[in-house]
Amino acid sequence: MMSILMTLVQTAARFMPDAKRDPLIDSHGYVGKPLDRVDGHLKVTGGARFAAEYALDDMVYAEPVFSTISKGKVRRLDTSVAKRCPGVIAVLTPHDMPRLKAPTLVDFSKLDKIAASNLPVFQDDRVYWNGQAVALVVAETHEQAQEAATKVHVEYDIEDSNVSFDANKARATMPKDVLGEPPEIKIGDAEKNLAAAPVRVDAVYRSPYYSHSAIEPHATIAVWEGDDKITVFDSTQFVEGYRNSLAHVFGIKPENIRVLAPFVGGGFGGKAGFWWNTVLAVAAAKIVKRPVKFALSREGVFRIVGGRTIAEQRVAIGATVDGHVQSLIHTGVTATPSHARYAEQCTFPTRHLYATDALHIAQYVVDLDMVANTWMRAPGESIGTFAVESALDELAVELRMDPIDLRRNVEPKRDPTKDNEFSSRHLLEAYERGAAKFGWAARNPQPRSQRDGSWLIGQGVATAYYPVLRLPGAARVRVNADGIATIHTAANEMGMGVATSQLQHAADRLGVPLQCIEFNYGDSEMPSSPMAGGSCQTVSIVASVRAAVEKLHRELLKLEQQDPASPLKRAKYDDIVARDRGLFLASEPSRGATYVDILRRAGKQHVEAEGTSAMPMEMMKYSMASYGAQFCEVRVNDITGEVRIARWLGSFDCGTVLNPKTAMSQLRGGIIMGIGMALTEEVLVDDRSGRIMNASLAEYHVPVNLDVPHIDILFNDIPDPHTPLGAHGIGEIGITGVAAAIANAVYNATGKRIRSLPITLDKLL
Amino acid sequence: MKNFAYTKASTSSEAVNLLESSVGGKFLGGGTNLVDLMRENIEQPDSLVDISSLPLRDIVENPDGSVTIGASAKNSAVAINGPIRQRFPVLSQAILFGGSGQIRNMATVGGNLMQRTRCYYFYDHASLCNKRTPGAGCDAIHGFNRMHAILGTSSHCIAAHPSDMCVALAALDATVEVESRRGKRSIPFVDFHRLPGDTPHLETELQPGELITAVTIPKLEAARRSVYRKVRDRSSYGFALVSIAAILEIVNGTITTARLALGGVAHKPWRAFPAEELLQGNPANDEVFRRAADGALAGAQGFHYNAFKIELAKRVIVSTLSELAQNEGA
Ligand SMILES: Cc1cc2nc3c(=O)[nH]c(=O)nc-3n(C[C@H](O)[C@H](O)[C@H](O)COP(=O)(O)OP(=O)(O)OC[C@H]3O[C@@H](n4cnc5c(N)ncnc54)[C@H](O)[C@@H]3O)c2cc1C
Ligand code: SF4
Repeated sequence: MMSILMTLVQTAARFMPDAKRDPLIDSHGYVGKPLDRVDGHLKVTGGARFAAEYALDDMVYAEPVFSTISKGKVRRLDTSVAKRCPGVIAVLTPHDMPRLKAPTLVDFSKLDKIAASNLPVFQDDRVYWNGQAVALVVAETHEQAQEAATKVHVEYDIEDSNVSFDANKARATMPKDVLGEPPEIKIGDAEKNLAAAPVRVDAVYRSPYYSHSAIEPHATIAVWEGDDKITVFDSTQFVEGYRNSLAHVFGIKPENIRVLAPFVGGGFGGKAGFWWNTVLAVAAAKIVKRPVKFALSREGVFRIVGGRTIAEQRVAIGATVDGHVQSLIHTGVTATPSHARYAEQCTFPTRHLYATDALHIAQYVVDLDMVANTWMRAPGESIGTFAVESALDELAVELRMDPIDLRRNVEPKRDPTKDNEFSSRHLLEAYERGAAKFGWAARNPQPRSQRDGSWLIGQGVATAYYPVLRLPGAARVRVNADGIATIHTAANEMGMGVATSQLQHAADRLGVPLQCIEFNYGDSEMPSSPMAGGSCQTVSIVASVRAAVEKLHRELLKLEQQDPASPLKRAKYDDIVARDRGLFLASEPSRGATYVDILRRAGKQHVEAEGTSAMPMEMMKYSMASYGAQFCEVRVNDITGEVRIARWLGSFDCGTVLNPKTAMSQLRGGIIMGIGMALTEEVLVDDRSGRIMNASLAEYHVPVNLDVPHIDILFNDIPDPHTPLGAHGIGEIGITGVAAAIANAVYNATGKRIRSLPITLDKLL
Repeated sequence: MKNFAYTKASTSSEAVNLLESSVGGKFLGGGTNLVDLMRENIEQPDSLVDISSLPLRDIVENPDGSVTIGASAKNSAVAINGPIRQRFPVLSQAILFGGSGQIRNMATVGGNLMQRTRCYYFYDHASLCNKRTPGAGCDAIHGFNRMHAILGTSSHCIAAHPSDMCVALAALDATVEVESRRGKRSIPFVDFHRLPGDTPHLETELQPGELITAVTIPKLEAARRSVYRKVRDRSSYGFALVSIAAILEIVNGTITTARLALGGVAHKPWRAFPAEELLQGNPANDEVFRRAADGALAGAQGFHYNAFKIELAKRVIVSTLSELAQNEGA
């Protein structure tokens, strides 16, 4: 992807003038208010319908049979008993399947199709990972399908497989690219500088395989109309990517496929990649000629949907005694199967965070026979910040320097690897505000210096980092004769509060009360919108809606120009502001017309416009990211090693905050997920079989309420002049830095440096 | 899950008769373990006899000072019962450390005694497990065994009993009252659960057709000063890595009564008799507690992922005992 063309575009982008500053950055309306979620009532009363909750006439149910080996061939698949079970309609095997094209792995230059794995689905008798679906029972009820699935008898020819990360990491290789970025960067001679540096830290950090564990397991309902029309209800966080992927796999025109996902019960990246369950549901519906519901069990999610891969990272830092960094090295190995080829971007934070004389970044991947790994909340940055932010803390200890002072020392003026300007970076301000509120100054840097009975107490801090992305998209805006506006865009709501913040924005953009707008989303037939991923959706939709509203306003002005009675007859687009339900001259506030008025005079029922946002050239010109400072206090039981989080404060620099209430909730959610990542979560893959042994929420330990303290959130709330509304995405940054802040606090409490997640009590005994 | 017949009994004799007349039948208490296991196809009864509404819910203080808890009493009801909280706080605490509020509200005393191990390989049909399929082998011994036993294991099975409540009952020297068509009998609690030996599929002394009707706790004044400590991987809703039920009575600095039982370390709630002997009659100080802890763990064998439990258990024993001793002194 780093083609010559791309390099050219990037170079050109640097010399391009900036896009016009969004005027709404400086005006205040609904944007910035902590409004309640518009779908809150629906959610708590059970009125919000999720994919699995659509009850269609004549619907039947699917249940998979999972492989129990990690590599080989299905020698014999005996479905005879299962087929005779009550209610069974079909037991599908690769032999029964229509010929399907293999899904296409995500291509970051297009982001149209989005498969997590490019294995052909159910097209042959090969087994690629332990837990892969090898048969699918379809029955009149879900219970019947589940029962029959246990009666499918499978025999395998087992082949040697590679499932152990530790046994295989030595043969890791460097991938072609990491999300389109170079896998290796060298500035100066980092190893030489390290060797010569007066103060050094050099350590290896480990993190396990994690599962998203969204509360809603993946579910699909598929319906065919004739041979070439499909409607799918799916728990996806990317309706359009799923539509395109289905079109490709089934060889059907995208226009003939409709993917609906009005509500999704959490995704965290686990529902962005296109997985087997959706393909199987659609194929089964074609074969049995009835609507098919395929709702995965929790075990099913663990078996056929991947998560965050296991990783081993080295971070080495060489510095002068006064904390000037002379060398920064961050290398890492992550696992991925050859059918996913996804190298998690664990070194990305280090590419942009700190000033150093010399830098060495390198990423490697080892291919394992495992379910495809995939994006999981701040993929790469979450584990990458664990490594680099732990190492920085280790350096601070070596230097006897306050870790926040150290960060002041290494704050760069320009992006360290891209050598471009930051669009908006106020990390140190986030540290200062956070430190003041948290009471950082009172912390004793001496380990084991604070105690409450058998509990040792410690405080830790770490930087949070996540890039700012924006993707082009489209939206359709309409104002009706009654003054009600509607917006359509194929957005995805997985619990973040998309509709609420978008309504706030649209109300300000159109100058109408929030109650006068409907926001429609979650349907692939609507204008194209990017996935709910990469923390880019909110800002991307804001840009699309802004483009659509601009077009709409121009249309309305055209109507006005044709009307001799219009107060805006001679107004140009740049002369007007949208407020008080209509358009008014900026220079002459009393002169203008309401939308109702304009439509009435023009004799129109409505005016509509579809707008497409511009290419994100700003991303090429500037170094764009959100930042934050995570502060925590932990209690570690000196007798048992139990770690409990006593308090948390996250101080964030993430542009304009559109809605502090939903934003805080996103950040808290990220921090809570980070607490799980740091302390309790680990998918246990048996090295002998490649099988996941804790495929349930009883045994895969996400944090419980009692593990989560009150979480304070602060915002700098400084707009980024180069983004719509001055806003950044905030879905992922919350989890970054969390594990490091905890590990650093554990060190402060106990004097023990834990470099391997999760920090379970045995590591502290 | 496979189809099964369902009947509901209203008296214990009816329950016993219904079970005897069924083929492959099982009693159904709160269902929090059995229904799970049925859904996982590990238990496959042909019929269920629902005993959740038997008149066996009462918690009665007997004239001799003992307390009888009906087998159908809900775990929550036991935990909040006044006399239990005052006289046997260790039991109330142990229950409250278990599961979640929802589970405790459903779970019965009888079912808690009979709940099965949470060994990952026991739950997974693709794995070898002697408990599920006698003679098949045990994948846990060289697999993920963090949650597994360190005491009383065998080369056939290293599973741990998951109950918290049972650890307290073991410390309290309870007896299990059972009834069948053959009549009634009592089984000392410490003998109720078995060690795995070469028959890990046999978990208790309960014979086919027998119904647990109650658990009786004998009078024990010393138990008023008792405590349950549970160490687990998250603050709530996790099984014990190590837990301890301890009762300590000290007169003039000398230990007059000591009871110690451990959870999460064996195929059964583990009564640490050797440790009790090392405590009894000795001064209540850390050195004695340490000797007792060593005694309790003598013969313990750790596996790849759970060897830490030996040290952890010792530490928890010492700290729990010294805490109890301090409270005594106060
Ligand atoms: C997610 C989860 C977490 C949990 N965490 C904990 C924990 O931390 N600590 C803990 O101690 N427990 C925990 N539990 C287990 C819980 O305590 C048990 O599931 C519960 O006690 C079982 O009681 P029940 O009445 O529901 O039994 P059931 O599920 O109804 O029955 C279990 C077994 O007991 C038999 N049985 C029931 N009653 C009788 C009787 N009167 N006579 C003879 N046999 C009988 C049944 O036939 C069956 O074999 C947890 C359970 C779950 C699901
Ligand atoms: S430890 Fe026991 S329950 Fe677990 S696999 Fe081995 S035999 Fe089965």
